[in-house]
Amino acid sequence: MHALVFIKQVPDASQVRINYETGTLIREGVPAILNPYEVHAVEEAVKIKQKFGGKVTILTMGPLQAADALKECLSRGADKGYLLSDRIFAGSDTLATSYALYEGAKKIIELEGEIDFFFAGKQAIDGDTAQTGPGIATRFNIPLVTYLTKLDEVNLEEKYVVATRLTEFGQETLKVPIPVFFTVEESLNILSHSPLPWLVKAAQSKIEILSGENVDLDKNQCGLRNSPTIVKKAFTPEKKQRGATLTGTFDEVVDQAAEKVAPFLNNIL
Amino acid sequence: MIDLNKIDSDISHYKDIWVFIEQTNGQAEHVSFELLTKARELASQRNCHVAAVAVGNSVAHLAEDVFKYGAEKFYIVEDEVLKDYRTEPYRDAVSELVVKYKPEIFLIGATTQGRDLSGTVATVLRTGLTADTTKQEIDQETGFLWMTRPTFGGSLMATIFCPKHRPQMSTVRPGVFKAIPLDAPVNGEIIEIIREKIEFSEEDVVKKILKKVISSEGNVTLGFYDVIVSGGKGMGNKENFNMLKELADLLGGTWAGSRKAVELGYIPQTRQVGQTGQTVHPKLYIACGISGAIQHLVGMQTSEIIIAINTDKDAPIFNVSTYCIVEDALKFVPKLIEELKGMQSTRRAQ
Repeated sequence: MHALVFIKQVPDASQVRINYETGTLIREGVPAILNPYEVHAVEEAVKIKQKFGGKVTILTMGPLQAADALKECLSRGADKGYLLSDRIFAGSDTLATSYALYEGAKKIIELEGEIDFFFAGKQAIDGDTAQTGPGIATRFNIPLVTYLTKLDEVNLEEKYVVATRLTEFGQETLKVPIPVFFTVEESLNILSHSPLPWLVKAAQSKIEILSGENVDLDKNQCGLRNSPTIVKKAFTPEKKQRGATLTGTFDEVVDQAAEKVAPFLNNIL
Repeated sequence: MIDLNKIDSDISHYKDIWVFIEQTNGQAEHVSFELLTKARELASQRNCHVAAVAVGNSVAHLAEDVFKYGAEKFYIVEDEVLKDYRTEPYRDAVSELVVKYKPEIFLIGATTQGRDLSGTVATVLRTGLTADTTKQEIDQETGFLWMTRPTFGGSLMATIFCPKHRPQMSTVRPGVFKAIPLDAPVNGEIIEIIREKIEFSEEDVVKKILKKVISSEGNVTLGFYDVIVSGGKGMGNKENFNMLKELADLLGGTWAGSRKAVELGYIPQTRQVGQTGQTVHPKLYIACGISGAIQHLVGMQTSEIIIAINTDKDAPIFNVSTYCIVEDALKFVPKLIEELKGMQSTRRAQ
């Protein structure tokens, strides 16, 4: 069994604050974290490995410091981390990103062998696009299961899985042949604590660097220049003016509030 | 999948605005009509036509509604294989239509289905896709579609465009735009249903659906309501949401909550307002015990009147509120209900 998990190192979006005076994000001191959905993707891949044997490989694209996120995956039980890092990827939109990761994954297949399970988070918390995973699956032309909430059955002999995913109305359970691409929800599993030897091993292990030098790729599909979408401008949302505070005694405030909502009062009982 | 050589790279050949009609068991999703309404506005600026596209085992009957909301053409692909949504055959059907008929703009609802579909279709077509847009406008000078979307959990807005690839694709969250039917239906002579026959075989579709479970809460479209009474962490427990339900009933609205309320188990995710929930803009939004994290604000700050009730006078929710009430919602709401009931009986007595 070989699972490949695509991860992303992201700024902790919940800690990003706005400077309304300059109209910019305050990113100083905001920690870089492993995209929360992908923590669960790694957990699930490692669970499969513990049951069936095999290995879990991790791939990310980003600057060199993204190696920290890869190390975290190793400490959670993954076997090897690959970092796709090159200036040619700078400014990639989702289409160019899925292309680069697709070529990176093909390189990993060459180095580490065929892949049964591809995993990614349902989306990254910085961009929230939910497009890169489906993009890679489409390029490999393998079945895609987004919003995975439960891996009900894994059958490596007959090469299929039974998987449950979220839909707009509830859930659906699918039978899908291997290889398969999952994008996962946080509810997929409960995170376990890493045993000490994993932490030690992660600290000692080396991250493999992939780049335009050692991956066979078409540079005309990479980076800002070859991304179909262009960011015209980025701005902070308009700050609304704080409205009137209703003042007076408790009962007076209730009266005022009742007056404000009275036009909506339902007269039919 | 589509042969890449079949994709026309001359962008001047692409015309008209398409809306994907999401349907389940032959029932169209409301967001599809919201997008048709928006597409009408964009088409009048771009001086082009609006078309709808639907895929399924039986979708032709949706024509009446689709035309009522302003589509002039309705492209359909019907096949038993397409009965339930599955990524791969839907992706192929939609991609084939795009390659053949070349829309300039393609709008899809940002539902779980729409996000799943759009990401794969855009990759097949090698075009740009902008997710979860909240604003769409045509640039007068270039005719390009400018798509604005929240990012970083709503802290930052980005306006994105796609100058050299077609179609310009984007997904739009349900509830962002209003669905308004036409006063009079489009002239029957110009409306047209185009049936596209694409060969599908069940054997070629490797993914099989074993079971579908409809959650007991079902699908709640908060965007339908003019009044939303919403609660957060400050509501303290699940039972206290009963007072919000009662207030919502009195005002002819519905109830909802923040992400925090979902995490604490007070409300189901289907009723969450915010970046990771639903976007709403009712006439009246009453926020009870909600502090107003940015991710909540982006989902409701365009409501016409916002009344916030919170014990913390510095809570961020007050920064977007029309009326600020610095009180404990748990004490305030029951009194407000009592007062409103009094007003109601007075009115009825008159």
